[in-house]
Amino acid sequence: MNRKTPLLEVTNLIKHFDISGGFLDRITLEKMRLRLTKTVVHALNSVSFSIFEGETFSVVGESGCGKSTLGRAIVGLFPIDSGSISYRGERIDVKNAKGMLPYRSKMQMVFQDPYASLNPRMRVEQTLMEPVLFHNPLMSVGEAKDRVAAVMEQVGVDPGWSSRYPHEFSGGQRQRISIARALMVEPEFIVADEPISALDVSIQAQILNLFMDAQDERGLTYLFITHDLSVVKHISTRVAVMYLGTICELAQTSSLFSRPRHPYTQALLSAIPVLGTRKPLHIRLRGEVPTPIELPSGCIFHKRCAFATNRCMEEIPVLREYDSAVLVACHGVEEGRL
Amino acid sequence: MEHLLELQNIVVRFALRFGDLTAVDDVSFTLDRGERMGLVGESGAGKSVTGFSIIGLISRPGYIASGRILFEGKDLAHLDEEELRNIRGNRISMIFQDPMMTLNPVLTIGTQMIETLKAHRDISDNDAEAMAVDRLKMVHIPSPEKRLNQYPHEFSGGMRQRIVIAIALLTDPALIIADEPTTALDVTIQAEILDLLLELCESAKTGLILITHDLAVVSQVTEKITVLYAGKIVETGSTGTIIRDPMHPYTRGLINALPGSGHTGDRLNQIPGMMPNLLSIPPGCSFHPRCPFRMDICSKQNPVLTYHQGLERQVACFLMENRGRGCI
Repeated sequence: MNRKTPLLEVTNLIKHFDISGGFLDRITLEKMRLRLTKTVVHALNSVSFSIFEGETFSVVGESGCGKSTLGRAIVGLFPIDSGSISYRGERIDVKNAKGMLPYRSKMQMVFQDPYASLNPRMRVEQTLMEPVLFHNPLMSVGEAKDRVAAVMEQVGVDPGWSSRYPHEFSGGQRQRISIARALMVEPEFIVADEPISALDVSIQAQILNLFMDAQDERGLTYLFITHDLSVVKHISTRVAVMYLGTICELAQTSSLFSRPRHPYTQALLSAIPVLGTRKPLHIRLRGEVPTPIELPSGCIFHKRCAFATNRCMEEIPVLREYDSAVLVACHGVEEGRL
Repeated sequence: MEHLLELQNIVVRFALRFGDLTAVDDVSFTLDRGERMGLVGESGAGKSVTGFSIIGLISRPGYIASGRILFEGKDLAHLDEEELRNIRGNRISMIFQDPMMTLNPVLTIGTQMIETLKAHRDISDNDAEAMAVDRLKMVHIPSPEKRLNQYPHEFSGGMRQRIVIAIALLTDPALIIADEPTTALDVTIQAEILDLLLELCESAKTGLILITHDLAVVSQVTEKITVLYAGKIVETGSTGTIIRDPMHPYTRGLINALPGSGHTGDRLNQIPGMMPNLLSIPPGCSFHPRCPFRMDICSKQNPVLTYHQGLERQVACFLMENRGRGCI
């Protein structure tokens, strides 16, 4: 593996959302006394990882595990509570808006819903030109238009349609335009948050190919956030599995899929529907995903884990490296039980 | 033996300002008692409209232009509203994609379940409640007696979908139509819901029409597959043989486009282009502009869905005629 400075390094990232509401919402009666309570969603609990240049790093997990929060925190759409985010060794979480400016054109984001992420009142050309002209104030409109045409060509949308509005395009084409918008400023790093979930099967393949082609041509690095494990298996270099705001396993794609170590990863992988196999034996998890408001003690997975011991209920497991660079946060794996 | 359900040349149209749009074009299939069929296609293929047409949920401007829907010997397409009500929600239940949209947010689960039962049966409140508890047990909801008094928002997504299934089961239907029942759910929950549907259909010999775009899901649960494209059936037959060896170029494209069929990191086999707008369906075979094997005839003539002996399926494709000569 590449051991030089990672492109992006995230250490002990913590993000909590206070959802207690206004003063009156917070007042509760407890033992005949009025108390002010605070309700906090623990979206990210000490997440650490590095992404190296040219790789596709995927984050998988079920809804509510904090994967989207992670993506948004990295590009600076959410301020973080603690921890650090470094881009090429430079801390970007402490920078002010002006200091962040050069990084904004290096890091771009593609969102899930192409219907909601394009401004319906702007022509495609305006949407695509806005970020280039903002980041390169000296560029002439003519040059920007040339670049719009070049990028539209690359993502497979006819440049002749640049004066159309988003509603005139289908879902797949809109997603191509969202990708074009991200590519306009010639980024190095793209955070793609469920970019194909809203699309039809045959269109999904087209968009995934587009992502892979763009990576080959431009040497892009991706942080790919998705819940679709077969997509992850196909495109990623490394995969991080998240559960309730914590990474429970991080490994090379091939080793993760051939030998999942963490009980949650095992359950998740066994639940993927596979073409042609009737009634697979998937691992059933006990109960439901706990709320991120009151996190379970110890290992956050212990209530649903079939192998939990007393230690799992009390002590929080840390990510440890095992053979072939597999990182697992599980007491069972550490003790050699699993 | 009489089929449980038989669709004969169903055509569903929507009367729009600028003319009629054909959403379902000459669709025929049969379903036997206890049989499970997958209705597969992308958005706009007409799979949901086909499902809705069976239980008379096509409302204006849509209408069933022609064809017959025979269910237990009755033609549903020509029943009056009163008679249809005895079948819809009673003999045929429907499960929709989003459980939060299906359940009434201001009524408790119990009220909604008892209401459903009382609409179809002459039953006392106590008996209805006992049945509701029984069905909740069937879908593995813990402490069902307590849960009856809770509102939909107090359940998680997977639990809500199980409650929707419990409501669908209340009247012991002979057929369940499930429209994308797991699309809004996570994989681990999806696996549970599919297991549950399979288990319930098998034990009660309930027929199932599973409407979905996910071939992997269909291949696990159903015995038969019907693939729709732009309102027409392009291929239909036994699930195993179609998944193993798809014949129609569209079915083949759908299967090959799934990640995981090739090597990691390779480009996926994409189907070029997209589903045509239903207002401008290409002449001849509607798939021909996207088909890698198109011939001259494809843009001129409509391929007929024909049964192929030995392949256990019907396919609508001109390539099948040349099959013996090794063209496909």
